Amino acid sequence: MTKKVAIIGGGIAGMEAASVLSRMDIEVLLIEKRQQLGGHVGEWDHLFPNFRPASEITRSLLNALQNNNIKICANTVVTGIARKAGLFEVKTNQNQNFKVDGILLATGFDLFDAHKKEEYGYGIYENVITSADLEKKLKGGNVLTTASGCVPKRIAMIHCVGSRDEKAGYFHCSRVCCITAVKQAIEIRQKLPNVEIFCFYMDLRMYGKGFEEIYREAQEKWGIQFVRGRLSEAGENIDGGLQIKSEDTLSGRPLKMIVDMIVLMVGMVPAESTSQMAKMLGIHLSGDGFIAHDDVHFGSNITNVPGIFTAGTITSPMTISDTIADARSAALKICEYIA
Amino acid sequence: MKDFGFTITKDRQIDYDQHDHRLLQFVLENEPSFQACISCGGCTATCSAGNLIDFNIRKLNMLLRRGETEGLEKEINKCMLCGKCMLVCPRGINTRNVILKIKEAIQKFR
Repeated sequence: MTKKVAIIGGGIAGMEAASVLSRMDIEVLLIEKRQQLGGHVGEWDHLFPNFRPASEITRSLLNALQNNNIKICANTVVTGIARKAGLFEVKTNQNQNFKVDGILLATGFDLFDAHKKEEYGYGIYENVITSADLEKKLKGGNVLTTASGCVPKRIAMIHCVGSRDEKAGYFHCSRVCCITAVKQAIEIRQKLPNVEIFCFYMDLRMYGKGFEEIYREAQEKWGIQFVRGRLSEAGENIDGGLQIKSEDTLSGRPLKMIVDMIVLMVGMVPAESTSQMAKMLGIHLSGDGFIAHDDVHFGSNITNVPGIFTAGTITSPMTISDTIADARSAALKICEYIA
Repeated sequence: MKDFGFTITKDRQIDYDQHDHRLLQFVLENEPSFQACISCGGCTATCSAGNLIDFNIRKLNMLLRRGETEGLEKEINKCMLCGKCMLVCPRGINTRNVILKIKEAIQKFR
């Protein structure tokens, strides 16, 4: 008899796992709360480290879902999961009731809510935006302007907003923001060659393939400047300019600067649904609020509950490359389990 | 032997092995949150004193860790204990108590 797996979450992790499992002749239910598949990647414009359009990723993942073994349930939220006679019974808000052999959790992350860092002025000053807002603006294709319609002359990119910040409730590093800042800074410079861009960082974590290269490109080709210091606060001047304060730790002195626009590099935090799901299923969370692995080296994709697996950013912040790899490995682990 | 005068300039190197680390030990034991500093400089950026005079609380932390305690007493008295640094610290370090403990340690080990 054909085995069945329910994948909860139709972002890139869920999509990749679904297509891999379907090719292994396993029936897949891909459950997505929104109308569209693709998750956060669907809202991004271009991707690091090679500036390829994000739509290429979602399109190729969507194409791979054209398989009779896959049933997509959009606009669907899982309301209950119960274990019955070795199977899982999945109930949804559409009054469906599925019986499956295994479950893959791929519900991803939430973006950090920048309002929580009130001292940075998001939601208070018009020219303070987040990296996600910037991405939407870039996707919209319009020229980047300040709230009053002027071309900005100087922009500050603030790293680690909601990451590595216990005051904001998240001590973990979100991994992708350093490289996203570099990518977005280059994109802004490509569109606005006269704008000055400063990245305020605590540590630059250029760990991935191709990351160091575009960091160097940002310095050499695009003249992006890097200041090692965490922003303490931002305030608005009477003329709408934003004054920021940081320490320039490498020269050992406090620094202030007027900029026209601030881009907050918001981090990846556990999705609201993660803790609810974990509670419902008895799955352990780690200290950072993401789902825990039983073994840090061998246990990726495996939770403490037999039959329930994870893929993607439900367990920690990940790049797209890492998410795809994680989804494939999850498919393999599920396959071994249900065989 | 002829004196070439090589010693008239003081060596600028941090000679880690020659230093007295009791001060640092005392502060770490009495305010363990101090261990978590990542030198981001948020404290210095917001520091009421440091914006006006030559005082850098992040650097103070570094000097203490490297055992460079000479002149620390004079430096530490520039702090007004306003506590703004505590508000911005992303690692939740009780910076005000760190200052108080440094003062205590200076008395203790002078």
